[in-house]
Amino acid sequence: MHWIEGIVQGVLLGGLYAQYALGMALMFGVMKIVNVTHGDLVILLALIGISLADFTGIGPWGVLTTLVPVGAAIGWLLQRAVLNRVVGNDPLPSLIATFGLSIALQNAMLVVWSADTRSLSGGGLQQASIEIGPLFVGVLPVIVLICATVLTGGLDAVLRFTRYGRSLRAASADVEAAAMVGVNPKAVYAAATAIAVGILGFAATFQAMRSTVAPADGPFQLIYAFEAVIIGGLGSVWGAFTGAMILGISQAIGFRINPGFGILAGHIVFLAVLAIRPQGIFQRKS
Amino acid sequence: MTTLLSTHGLQAEYGDMRALHGIDFAVEPGETVALIGANGAGKSTLLSAIMGLLPVAVEMVKLDGKPVGGSLPHRMVQSGVAIVPEGRRLFAGMTVEENLQVASEHAAAPRGTAWTKERVYDLFPILREKARTPVENLSGGQQQMVSIGRGLLAQPRVLLCDEISLGLAPRVVREIYDVLPQVTAQGTALVLVEQDVGLAQRASQRLYCLLEGRVTLEGKSSDISRDDISAAYFGASHALD
Ligand SMILES: Nc1ncnc2c1ncn2[C@@H]1O[C@H](COP(=O)(O)OP(=O)(O)OP(=O)(O)O)[C@@H](O)[C@H]1O
Ligand SMILES: [Mg+2]
Repeated sequence: MHWIEGIVQGVLLGGLYAQYALGMALMFGVMKIVNVTHGDLVILLALIGISLADFTGIGPWGVLTTLVPVGAAIGWLLQRAVLNRVVGNDPLPSLIATFGLSIALQNAMLVVWSADTRSLSGGGLQQASIEIGPLFVGVLPVIVLICATVLTGGLDAVLRFTRYGRSLRAASADVEAAAMVGVNPKAVYAAATAIAVGILGFAATFQAMRSTVAPADGPFQLIYAFEAVIIGGLGSVWGAFTGAMILGISQAIGFRINPGFGILAGHIVFLAVLAIRPQGIFQRKS
Repeated sequence: MTTLLSTHGLQAEYGDMRALHGIDFAVEPGETVALIGANGAGKSTLLSAIMGLLPVAVEMVKLDGKPVGGSLPHRMVQSGVAIVPEGRRLFAGMTVEENLQVASEHAAAPRGTAWTKERVYDLFPILREKARTPVENLSGGQQQMVSIGRGLLAQPRVLLCDEISLGLAPRVVREIYDVLPQVTAQGTALVLVEQDVGLAQRASQRLYCLLEGRVTLEGKSSDISRDDISAAYFGASHALD
């Protein structure tokens, strides 16, 4: 019972990590870059959402529907202004650029919002729970998991069945060849980053509701996203989802063993996957 | 008749190394032009420079007489220039149909009868059977057919083909070359980079020979003699032996 509960908690936690990981998998898949500001953008969006709720009184769903387009706009701008200049065969320029941007963003957030921890009121949603057999599960984590599943399925469908999805997969396979058949790589990239950061609008809303956020929290979210993506296999959408689940379950079970061991258990599983199957669980060897 | 595509003193570099030293080259609508030359002569570089894959000065490439040098590749496609690149460069992980679809979804506005997936399948019936197959599972010849199909679906007015016979069985080469007249029949010009000089001569109306980044011979394919070609191909010193 103890363990089943742990696994259920882990899957629910994985739902949040999946929302972090999807965008990272998408960006890595098409541009082969790791955006170090990924976690800081979650925090930035969360803080914007909290301030918005404070000033206007809109509820969590109003915050969510605002943060998704705001995130998409930030992503598009980030790509056009910064990442399109540093994307290329060499992964170092984009790492350096986004690393610098991450530090600048954290400092800017500190100036605007101070180091206080804040959270978003969910109007009682945080406390609500439902009884499934012998288990009590929170309503909010279930909503998070459903959103994560729908987002993953939706993104997968976009990649498979739409004109944009095909152009993105073509650009991932061979960006020069894609340009040779008329695809504009920079536009594909800008849309990919817009989608990636738009999805972070979901992650930011839920993160701010289920716990607290402060300007320096970004790197933790970055690590979870990164670990989920590596465990699942770089560049695959359902791989990232599964990686997030594995990470969530590892942490939850670790936490059951010893409350201090939870986060570490996640890192250990990540390192084990890296050692045994460095291409990730879902990726075939190329 | 205005020249469709031309280059004017075209120079191109890889870093510090200049690979093309002033190429003057032209294609008329519906014409088939062959481009021959030894390994490293600069044939692929010329196509890349035209396509906007290498930085070149704007006046050095003209389309319909208008300067377009250095335009981005996807802009060149939209203006009616497409390429079947060296090494095929298909989109791995995607099916035959998807490879073709990406091209048709980003094509230039067609002039005259548009190329459709069905017309490409009529040219190469085997591709219809393999439509759902990931391209990495095709034979080399079939991959080349997909690459040509992709080029056609860009609805080009001029199609640049880089060594489409390379590594293929003679029967497959014949199969591919046999469909080329159907391409030019509707006014599409072809530039054929070809290692097989005899094949290049037979398939084209005009021919250019490159040597070390310079044009060493240009003329009507049917008028050029074997000796002229070998002199141009290897350089004058070799022709004297
Ligand atoms: N990406 C590159 N970087 C640096 N130099 C290159 C590059 N591609 C080609 N070159 C050089 O440019 C020159 C012309 O090469 P190019 O590939 O155009 O020749 P080619 O005529 O197409 O030869 P082949 O018949 O072997 O395909 C050669 O000296 C080659 O070494
Ligand atoms: Mg070549």
